[in-house]
Amino acid sequence: MTNAAFATTAPTTARAEPIPVSTILPWAVFGGLMLLLTVYFVGAEEGATSLIGGSFVHEFVHDGRHLLGFPCH
Amino acid sequence: MVGNLLLRGMMVGVLAGLLAFCFAKVYGEPYVDYAIAFEEHAGHAAGAAGASEEPEIVSRATQAGVGLFAGLAIYGAAVGGLSALAFAFANGRLGRMRPRSLAALIAALGFVAVVVVPQLKYPANPPAVGSADTIMARTELFFAMLAFSVVLMVATVMLARRLAERLGDWNAATVAGLVYVGVVAVMFAALPNIEEIPAAFSPAALWNFRIASIGVQAVLYAAIGLGFGAATEYAAGRAGRPARATSAAAAR
Ligand SMILES: [Zn+2]
Repeated sequence: MTNAAFATTAPTTARAEPIPVSTILPWAVFGGLMLLLTVYFVGAEEGATSLIGGSFVHEFVHDGRHLLGFPCH
Repeated sequence: MVGNLLLRGMMVGVLAGLLAFCFAKVYGEPYVDYAIAFEEHAGHAAGAAGASEEPEIVSRATQAGVGLFAGLAIYGAAVGGLSALAFAFANGRLGRMRPRSLAALIAALGFVAVVVVPQLKYPANPPAVGSADTIMARTELFFAMLAFSVVLMVATVMLARRLAERLGDWNAATVAGLVYVGVVAVMFAALPNIEEIPAAFSPAALWNFRIASIGVQAVLYAAIGLGFGAATEYAAGRAGRPARATSAAAAR
């Protein structure tokens, strides 16, 4: 009964073997943090907060920041 | 394995950033230019003493060219990489889905959680809209909204997965989706609104800017979802054994 729903999806597609969480986790933590830091630089650095000071980063990515919907100034 | 996915996601993200740049250049930049002209005009009218003149650190041409491209490419790489991590977790755990279907689903859910929901409450503002005094509060509210929305979406997917055992995939997704919409509706009502649009600012320019902003994100997420799925199936095809299953399914 529970598998009836699966039968309607492509029958030729086998269920993929999941990657173990323990394998993904280190990538997710370090990669994820690194990627979130880059989002911070595009979206918020030198707006409300500043890590490196000055206003070059803010001014350089300014148009992208506005068009991506981040609060800019 | 995960490293390959991450790298692929980031590369697809940079390409998606290039497409988003083309879109932003045509549909977004005219309203950024309008807003900056408006801002300068308002500045001249208000500061008769000329105190509001700021030195130009980065020229307008650079901001609208290399700077815009860099911002979108870096953001694209980040979204692509984070999508790849989501893909690594979800693959094989969300029913039977081909990589391209799963990648498209992740991009769609990511678009709703990261763009649609936060932007409906706190829409994108061009320069000159928004008071400098409130940038702190606006930034906090926006990022709180963004973080909550993403956590809520992850919780919704986990709920749907759990319910699927009893209700089947479709009903489980519907119930979890309704819970998601309900929580978002409560959150919209509870959080304060931000309304700081100058009276003289063109409503048409504001509307067009906001639509362009959603459009830039839509191009980005669509390109990442479709590009990552296609690249993953192509790589699986080249790897050998899954190739036959994939191409057999494609030839169907
Ligand atoms: Zn700005």
